[in-house]
Amino acid sequence: MMKHLLSAGDLSRDEANLILDTAEEMRSLADRPIKKLPALRGRTVVNLFFEDSTRTRISFEAAAKRLSADVINFSAKGSSVSKGESLKDTALTLQAMGADGVVCRHGSSGAPHLLATSGWMTGSVVNAGDGTHEHPTQALLDAFTMRRHLGSLEGRRITIVGDVLHSRVARSNVLLLSTLGADVTVVAPPTLLPVDMTSWPCVTSYDLDAALPKSDAVMMLRVQRERMNDAFFPSAREYTRRYGLDVHRMAQLPDEAIVLHPGPMNRGMEISADVADSTRSVIVEQVSNGVAIRMAVLYLLLSGSNQEEPTA
Amino acid sequence: MTAYLITGAKIVGGEVADLLLDNGEIVAVGTNLDTPAEVETIDARGLIALPGLVDLHTHLREPGREDAETVLTGTRAAAVGGFTAVFAMANTDPVADTAGVVEQVWRLGREGGYADVVPIGAVTVGRQGSQLAELGAMADSAARVRVFSDDGDCVWDAALMRRALEYVKAFGGVIAQHAQEPRLTQGAQMNEGALSGVLGLTGWPSVAEEAIIARDILLNAHVGSKLHICHLSTKGSVEIVRAAKQRGLDVTAEVTPHHLLLTEDLAASYNPVYKVNPPLRTKEDVEAVREGLADGTIDIVATDHAPHPVEDKDCEWSAASPGMIGLETALSVVQHAMVDTKLLTWAEVADRMSYRPAEIGQIGDHGRPLEAGAPANVVLIDPAVERTVVPSESTSLSRNTPFEGMTLPGRVVATFLRGRPTVLNGKPAR
Repeated sequence: MMKHLLSAGDLSRDEANLILDTAEEMRSLADRPIKKLPALRGRTVVNLFFEDSTRTRISFEAAAKRLSADVINFSAKGSSVSKGESLKDTALTLQAMGADGVVCRHGSSGAPHLLATSGWMTGSVVNAGDGTHEHPTQALLDAFTMRRHLGSLEGRRITIVGDVLHSRVARSNVLLLSTLGADVTVVAPPTLLPVDMTSWPCVTSYDLDAALPKSDAVMMLRVQRERMNDAFFPSAREYTRRYGLDVHRMAQLPDEAIVLHPGPMNRGMEISADVADSTRSVIVEQVSNGVAIRMAVLYLLLSGSNQEEPTA
Repeated sequence: MTAYLITGAKIVGGEVADLLLDNGEIVAVGTNLDTPAEVETIDARGLIALPGLVDLHTHLREPGREDAETVLTGTRAAAVGGFTAVFAMANTDPVADTAGVVEQVWRLGREGGYADVVPIGAVTVGRQGSQLAELGAMADSAARVRVFSDDGDCVWDAALMRRALEYVKAFGGVIAQHAQEPRLTQGAQMNEGALSGVLGLTGWPSVAEEAIIARDILLNAHVGSKLHICHLSTKGSVEIVRAAKQRGLDVTAEVTPHHLLLTEDLAASYNPVYKVNPPLRTKEDVEAVREGLADGTIDIVATDHAPHPVEDKDCEWSAASPGMIGLETALSVVQHAMVDTKLLTWAEVADRMSYRPAEIGQIGDHGRPLEAGAPANVVLIDPAVERTVVPSESTSLSRNTPFEGMTLPGRVVATFLRGRPTVLNGKPAR
């Protein structure tokens, strides 16, 4: 197993499947009366969050605690970071405190990569979302959720819809899902796609209605209303009309197809309330699967970290 | 003043000969020269003698950021790189937008003595892009400013750019444009293309440079002034400038050493030492700027030497300051990218790095062929050696070189400014 989890693209198919299989075991733990394993007893996991994200932080915190790790939450607000401390000094501080694993959320693309490669600290780094780059554990939990409903993702048709340009969720999902053998289509207005996607292992489309009948799963991305102020689209209403998922559009999906959303949702914008609350929606399940995936990642990165050297 | 006899050097564009420097001038070029009784002899067999190099685009950071560079340390680095004159960009603090500030910078250069410092004046007050700075006062000052630039920012307002070009005609000034359409580059971090999309870094599209270059060439044609394009970086820009020159339109352009050698894929490391503005581009762009420099579309090489203190680069990419140091490595990079590839001869290097920049910047004492009677601004280089770039060996106060660890050809052995050595045996002479 690798030492860090920085990009979903770094995972081989075997490694990705190992994480998903391990998460399956972790998930079964949730059904037991005592939801705790001693696997990471004595290990310290720091949640280093430079951006507010209560959902992701709580998910990692629950995961680490269920593995009996000591958890330190280090959030930019109310800490020395807000007083201008550099990423480097923060990393040196964590190193001095003996952090075995650092879960990093940062607004700047590449910040976790820098933590892992700069030599400032020796612990494992988990990318919990960096700028508009990647969010690999989100992609893993999405794949995990899809696998539970669809079985193997080999040859499965998955459509990702929305603000791909600014979405770290989309980047990680495209990479991971293609590694797992899925056929991925991304759908967005041309303004919300990167200008050159030739190296992406997916197909692009501007037409949601054409993509839906050929989708085993459809993932709606959060779209910020404020993007219309930068001319990415004319209005929220027009966006919803062309790229929002409502019950009429949902009816075009094959019978067993599922609907995902990484949250937080803009109900009425990219997804209508009745779709979000429908039986096809697995959005709440994604959240609970998130804990299992993060347990698997922390377990695989940290439990063997004193035995062998990293390979990645 | 000590006289120097340089023996056995290959005079660029000429034969192997001796050079006698005395009283600040090249007294004679040839063999079996009559020498004064007291003369210091430098054995220059195997070395090439070039006219002192001229950099039209240097950030010396003083006044304001003396933690990054000072006029003294920057000119010392320039001398080590073979330069005898540098043009100091105006984006200091305070901005060089008045006669007072440009005279201060000019005077600091004279006191340092390592290289002549020619201040560039800001085009607009505070480089804010809204009101013309007192260009005439700077032109009339002791610093005799002829080149004006808001470098770091683009003069994006077309009406203001037109007026600036027109106004400097009165004293033969030139407007050096940092071509960057601001609305197309908001938050831009790296070249826009396939890689920026994958890395999640906001793109800096080529068109943001090319649109301004095209606009300014047309504006300049309309008013008949002098336009210079700073750090041209894209294939499209080369094509636009080439077409303009073919139509007989007046424009000059520069390319930096880093845009002649490095490509955008270095950004995949997220190491901010590779963050620069304009950004590193693609292999195709690198090939195009090399061709442009070779065929004369691009007139000169200018370093855009941009020193930054360690903490401004030892951080996450988006928080880092853009810019790279380049004075000490410029000639080696040009040898590697242009001479060793047979795209330029050494005589053409002298043109691109000495004659032409001096001509564009209108400084008569520099950029003269190595002939009797010319000011003794001479650099001796050894093209046969190689060296590995080590940041801590830099003479600059800053360490932000993107060439760390690279092995580059050539070394400056000695630099003479008006007959005085500023560099001997590759080290600052004083």
